[in-house]
This record gives sequence, structure tokens and C-alpha cells, in this order.
Amino acid sequence: MECYFDHVATNPLRPEVLEAMMPYLKEEFGNPLSVYPLGVRAREAVEKAREQVASLVNARPSEIVFTSSGAEANNFALRGIAMARQYEGKHIIVTRMEHHSVLNPARFLEKLGFAVTYVNPDRQGLISPDDIKKAITDETILISVIYASPEVGTIEPIKEIAQIARERGITFHTDAVAAVGNIPVDVEDLGVDLLSMAAHQFYGPKGAGALYIRQGTRIIPLIFGGIQEGGRRAGTENVPAIVGMGRAAELAKEELPQRVEHVRGLRDKLVEGVMNKIEAIHYTGHPDRRLPGHASFCVEYIEGEAMLLMLASKGIYAASGSACTSKALKASPVLLSMGIPAHIAHGSIVFSFGMDNTMEQIEYTLEEFPQVVRRLRELSPFAKGWEGVEEEGRCTPKK
Amino acid sequence: MYSKEVMDHFMNPRNVGEMPDADGVGVEGNPVCGDVMKLFIKVKDDRIVDAKFMTFGCGAAIAVSSMITEMVKGKTLDEALQISKEKVAEALGGLPPQKMHCSNLGADALRKAIEDYKNRQKKN
Repeated sequence: MECYFDHVATNPLRPEVLEAMMPYLKEEFGNPLSVYPLGVRAREAVEKAREQVASLVNARPSEIVFTSSGAEANNFALRGIAMARQYEGKHIIVTRMEHHSVLNPARFLEKLGFAVTYVNPDRQGLISPDDIKKAITDETILISVIYASPEVGTIEPIKEIAQIARERGITFHTDAVAAVGNIPVDVEDLGVDLLSMAAHQFYGPKGAGALYIRQGTRIIPLIFGGIQEGGRRAGTENVPAIVGMGRAAELAKEELPQRVEHVRGLRDKLVEGVMNKIEAIHYTGHPDRRLPGHASFCVEYIEGEAMLLMLASKGIYAASGSACTSKALKASPVLLSMGIPAHIAHGSIVFSFGMDNTMEQIEYTLEEFPQVVRRLRELSPFAKGWEGVEEEGRCTPKK
Repeated sequence: MYSKEVMDHFMNPRNVGEMPDADGVGVEGNPVCGDVMKLFIKVKDDRIVDAKFMTFGCGAAIAVSSMITEMVKGKTLDEALQISKEKVAEALGGLPPQKMHCSNLGADALRKAIEDYKNRQKKN
């Protein structure tokens, strides 16, 4: 049986989305800036998609800027606001829960002379609004907090933090890539200034993302050039991908309650079964405040990549934050920042569900996964406990 | 990502288990770093007659452990000391660059096991 349980990595394209895209990959190839009908039709298609995406997050169409990805949207938000507000102050607040596409722009801005505060989460991956408040200085111009963690599923108190930022006149951005299309997201209710999203997270195509920019927010473009996207993002529009994102947003809005219910049912069944059948296992992230289709664990005494490989041999595709699955050979910074010891973080495994998954797949996984754990524990010198483990270790790979 | 040989040794590891009557034991790695290899050898007339392992680690670490226990069996201690990380990786049909340290881990655990055996001999 084949079970794709890695929906935080990406999602399959919905047939309806492909259908909507097809004309723009074929005969409707016009450039949206052209004045003749072929161009006008392309422009209208892009503007329709903008309305559909805006509607999904309760924004105005003029507040949506299309990008090539969620990563570009995050880069645009951080670098664009830093550039726009650098003469008002040079302090930025982010959290240790962020994706690389927020952390690395933050590090880049540090090199340019900005000061960045990295706020730690608690053991369940939750960022405390109080900790954000404490990190604010007179120099703070931007706060960026991830909406929902793809690694541990925790949903952050975005509304509370946005409120704090607004009271202090600080621009607030949230990376909502893992959230939009999977849970209800309303920019007006949240009170955020900027919000990043990616189409492939809700059954749209890869290569399409968007940044919501609240009306009146000053931002410097990441890509300079022509007047596309109101001059905020140059480059001929990726019309088929944008059209696909629009259709995917429309479907997400229609189906959101059913989607949440479907994946939550699968997730709850898996979590209950796994926690009953496997010993020395930790459910990571927040037990309630989490993405409905997200289950993440740390399995003690074994390593994540080995689990992924053995599960893959059974047709079960999952993810891990283990060091060995990353080229950097470091355990997930998110898990470590939550206070999970490194030797336990290496046993990380993440299952994330989508509309293509079934209860039969969960039952199959509940048969196979405990066997995989048992087999790997048979190989492990720690199967009876973490004897002689030192918390501090140097892990620089030897050449 | 992994060769056929790596996947074979990972999915069907050879010589797994503790060896209570081992003549030499070598442990290398740190669980904090994500891999620990424990290698047991049985020695007769300066020749390794049996080897077993227990490993906490990724697919490559497990495959390296399995392969190294196969490679050392029947070798004299001097021959076994010639087994380098490159030779283990080669026997496995190559390892991805970021996994070469796993093969290093195996070679080091083997050297420690032989050293342990020699130290025990000195004491007797």
C-alpha cells in the first residue's frame, strides 16, 4: 500500500486546478501587460486569481502580491520592510520556530547591521506573546512569527502578537505557508500587516506563492524591474501557476471545513494508535493548538532517517527533523529550541495528512510503524535506555 | 540517494546483536550527534573469527556497521587494521558525501575493538 503522509512538504495538484491552468500553458500564452485581447485575457485571469486568493484570507485583491514561492514571500516581507523602515530603527524580532526562508533573511539583515532577537518557544513549540513584548525595543521595526509549524504542528497566538505589534507601531509579518488552505486564516481578524502563503500547500501548483500586504504598508521590492504586481514585484507573471493558485484557493475556501474534519480524523486515529502501541515515544508540539492534519513524534533509542527509509520500503512516506536527513548534519533547530535533548530529537518523525489519505492507510501504518520501530530498536545499543549519554557533545562531522 | 548495497545491508543487516563473550569491544560516536556504533570481535590466533554490532543511527550508519562486520571476519588483526573508511564505502557501492563520516565511524569502532582486545591480552 502506498501512503503519502508528507503533506507539509508538498501536495498533489488537484485535477480541477490543472484543468484551470491548461489553457494558459497552451493557447492563452499572452503577456498580461500586452494591450491586445490575448494579453487582456491573461491579465483578467491573473486578476481573477488575485480575487480568489484574497477571498481565502479575507483580504482586498489589491493587497495580494504574487511571488514564485512561500520562500520568496518571506524574503520579500523581511527584506522589504527592513529596507523601508531602516531609518526608523534597526531591530527585528523573529522566533526559533521559523522556517529557513525567514531565519536566513534575518541573518542576512544582521550582516547589514540590523539587530535580530530570536525568541524561544516553550516545550510545546508555543511562542509567548509576553516574550515578544519583552523583546521589543524603541528600535524595533518588524516582528515575524510563523503561523503554524510544519515540524511540530503548533499554531502560534498570532492575533495576540499582532495586537502587541500594532500598539507599538511595529510592522507584523506571519509566515502562514503551512496554515493557509489547511485552517481558516483571516487577515482582518488577525490584524497582521503581512502574511506569506504558497499554492502547493493547498493542492495548487509549485512555483506560485503570495504575500498579503495590508493597504498602507510601505515596502521596498525584492525584485526591481517592470511594473508588474503594481511595481512591487517585477517579472512577467507566471500566469498558469497564478491561475492554478487562484483555483486552488477557491477550492480550499469551499472545502475547508470538510478538509479539516477529514485530516483531523485520520490524525487522531494515528496518534491514538501510535501512543498505545509504541513505548518510549513523545508526541511533539502542542496537543490541541496544532494543525489538524499533523502528527509529530520523537521515538527514543532510534534515528529518524532510518525510520523514514524503513517506512518507505513499506510504501509509507513521512518526514523527519533528524540530523541525518539534513545535509548540515544537525538535529532540527526547532526541536532543540523547544528544549528536546539532541539524542531524542534525532528520533523525530512527522506524518502530515491530506485529502488523498484514507482510514485504511492509517490502519496499515498502525500495523507497520510499530514493527519498524521494533526492528530498529533490535539494532540499537540504547534499546534499554540512554546509558552513558552526555548532553554536551561535539558533532562536527569528521573528514 | 543510497546504493543497492547500502539498502541491502540496511534492510537486512548482518551480524546484529550483543556478544557477551567478546574478546574486544569498540564504541564510537555520540547519541547527541545521532550515531553510535558498538562493535564486538571474537579473536583466535590473531585472527577475527566472529564480529557483531549494535548501532544507533541512520541508514548509512547501519549499513556501514553491517558491512564492516562482514569484512573483518577471517582477517588477521593486522589485515583488519588496514580496513579504511574508503574501503568500507567502496564495498557499499559508495556513500553520499555527507554520509562519509558514518564510514569513518565504522573504521574507528573497529580500531577501538582491536585496541581493546590487545589491551586485554597485555593484562592477561
